[in-house]
Amino acid sequence: MEEHLSVSFVRTEPLPQLPPPATEQGIVKWLRENLFSGWLNTLLTVLSLIFIYKLASDTLPWLLNGIWNTDSLAECREILDGTTGACFSVLTDRWNQLLFGFKYPSEQYWRPTLAFVLLIVAAAPVLFFDLPRKMLIFTGLYPFIAFYLIWGGTIWTPIFALLGFVVGYVVYSRLVRNSFATAFFSGIAAALVSWWLGGFLTDLLASETPALEAVQSRDMGGFMLNMILGTVCVSLSLPIGIVLALGRQSDMPIIKWICVVFIEFIRGVPLITLLFVANVVLAYFLPPGTSFDLILRVIIMITMFASAYIAEVIRGGLAALPKGQYEAADSLGLDYAQAMRLIILPQALKISIPGIVNVSVGLFKDTTLVSVISMFDLVGMIRGPILASTDWNGVYWELFLFASLLFFVVCYSISQYSQWLERRLQTDHR
Amino acid sequence: MAETAQMKVSDEVAITIQGMNKWFGSFHVLRDINLTVYQGERIVICGPSGSGKSTLIRCINALEEHQQGLIEVDGTVLSSDLKNIDKIRSEVGMCFQHFNLFPHLTILENCTLAPIWVRKTPKREAEETAMHFLEKVKIPEQADKYPGQLSGGQQQRVAIARSLCMKPRIMLFDEPTSALDPEMIKEVLDTMIELAEEGMTMLCVTHEMGFARQVANRVIFMDEGQIVEQNEPEEFFNNPQSDRTKLFLSQILGH
Repeated sequence: MEEHLSVSFVRTEPLPQLPPPATEQGIVKWLRENLFSGWLNTLLTVLSLIFIYKLASDTLPWLLNGIWNTDSLAECREILDGTTGACFSVLTDRWNQLLFGFKYPSEQYWRPTLAFVLLIVAAAPVLFFDLPRKMLIFTGLYPFIAFYLIWGGTIWTPIFALLGFVVGYVVYSRLVRNSFATAFFSGIAAALVSWWLGGFLTDLLASETPALEAVQSRDMGGFMLNMILGTVCVSLSLPIGIVLALGRQSDMPIIKWICVVFIEFIRGVPLITLLFVANVVLAYFLPPGTSFDLILRVIIMITMFASAYIAEVIRGGLAALPKGQYEAADSLGLDYAQAMRLIILPQALKISIPGIVNVSVGLFKDTTLVSVISMFDLVGMIRGPILASTDWNGVYWELFLFASLLFFVVCYSISQYSQWLERRLQTDHR
Repeated sequence: MAETAQMKVSDEVAITIQGMNKWFGSFHVLRDINLTVYQGERIVICGPSGSGKSTLIRCINALEEHQQGLIEVDGTVLSSDLKNIDKIRSEVGMCFQHFNLFPHLTILENCTLAPIWVRKTPKREAEETAMHFLEKVKIPEQADKYPGQLSGGQQQRVAIARSLCMKPRIMLFDEPTSALDPEMIKEVLDTMIELAEEGMTMLCVTHEMGFARQVANRVIFMDEGQIVEQNEPEEFFNNPQSDRTKLFLSQILGH
């Protein structure tokens, strides 16, 4: 504008877009804003760089100079000849032991490996609900397939176990129209009877030489044991936790108090004592002569422990829902089961995702505690057979680094999945 | 519009309430309520806050339990039997002050959920019905959105459509416009007026006196848990009998 007195102004030509100054774009801008925006930040940046350099200069030679193909620590040290370097050859040498334990028959390693691959297929439709719903049929069958693959023995055991569930479900669905309670308990009774009959038939039908060699529970070990315990316990404790959380909110005093006492008792006891109970004390309560599988006992204990925690997490989610959601569901005439399944739980579980993931990740890492009751999981294998062997006595860093890495990969994936799930389920403001 | 108020009221009784009492703990919130609602009647319930008007209509579909007296809805006596309650609830639609839409479901799913699960309507048919009612409340284009993406007025209209999808014989409104901005109140009231003109039996707790004048056959004034006065709207507004009513009307119409 020139020296006019008038304030009116009309632009006749739009100004062209100009690029920002060189210091205000790209990496220069980023560096200036994030690393060198003041003398204090500059100082911190420099200190951090020095720290990173020191850390890298100490560990990188150790990592990069690692030896991967010797048979013992002595041999490895000989090759290193005083220079810095890791003896990763303990991992290659004892790879199978770390993964499967030291007693699992080596020619059968393909069985747990296959079970692991199938686990991914079975878990996929549960985790990613865009996948075709028909895949859930395989998920339903997976526990029996995995059991047969890992434990082997006669194929009739998983078949009759599956049959028991089917019979129970058929009885339940026949009676559920009349009364839920009758149907529920008749279903359980029918399943128990068919398992009992199945037990006899299994003994009759089992051949002397089963197609898959039977492997005993005490021969399981390594990371496989952690995976078995983690997968089974997480997938069981979630539904049990939901039931406990709903039970704790129930209007029926007996159900409410059973749930409260269970949750408070289990939460008030360290997991390690429960595991000792599973290992030693539980045997006293069982009829003499029954051999109750150790892995099964441990699974029961860890599941109880985790489900108590998950129940409390879900209770928090239920409490966070506005009362109006219950009222809206009620006012539309939905019954209790429908309101819970369609309205309340989808929202409460969504709110509880971070808490549930927290418990699940913790639970998965806690499976290493079974090493204390002399089961040879990954940590048990490292502390026991591997470090105690004459070949590898004294290799700590490499082994525990490997164990940490395995657990980190699994736990970090769970965490990433849960964040994806939260974003995916976000419907309130997008 | 006065004509509208007179039409389509039959002798058939929709709701009977006799000698109903309710307490919250030791607080006597509803005292000796007697009310008969005829099929096709539009009743507006007003009164100061805490007078028990919301509690009254929430007793009709058993969201609140009454301790004494009889409530009969559409020939079914309200008892503590769960099947009985679910039957009444599926015949009685309700709209809330805060809409209470299900935020994890789309608008369409909100509307089809109850028909599919309670009425066992096939999904296709339920969706057609839902679209019909969404068109009626003038938001069919929002069907695939989530409640969080809609304005308050739109949400309340969805809530009305959701109730209508159950083809209820009676509609209850619990302060449906109290949580809305002024310009959204009109769109919700228009929907309700349209509904009233089709002869729906309606009980509305509201402070919208214009709405009461236009569509109600009867206005009920409640205070301290009792029905203080009821009358046809014309008489109620122009010639209130009790002092309490006069005071209330002067306060609410004064500005």
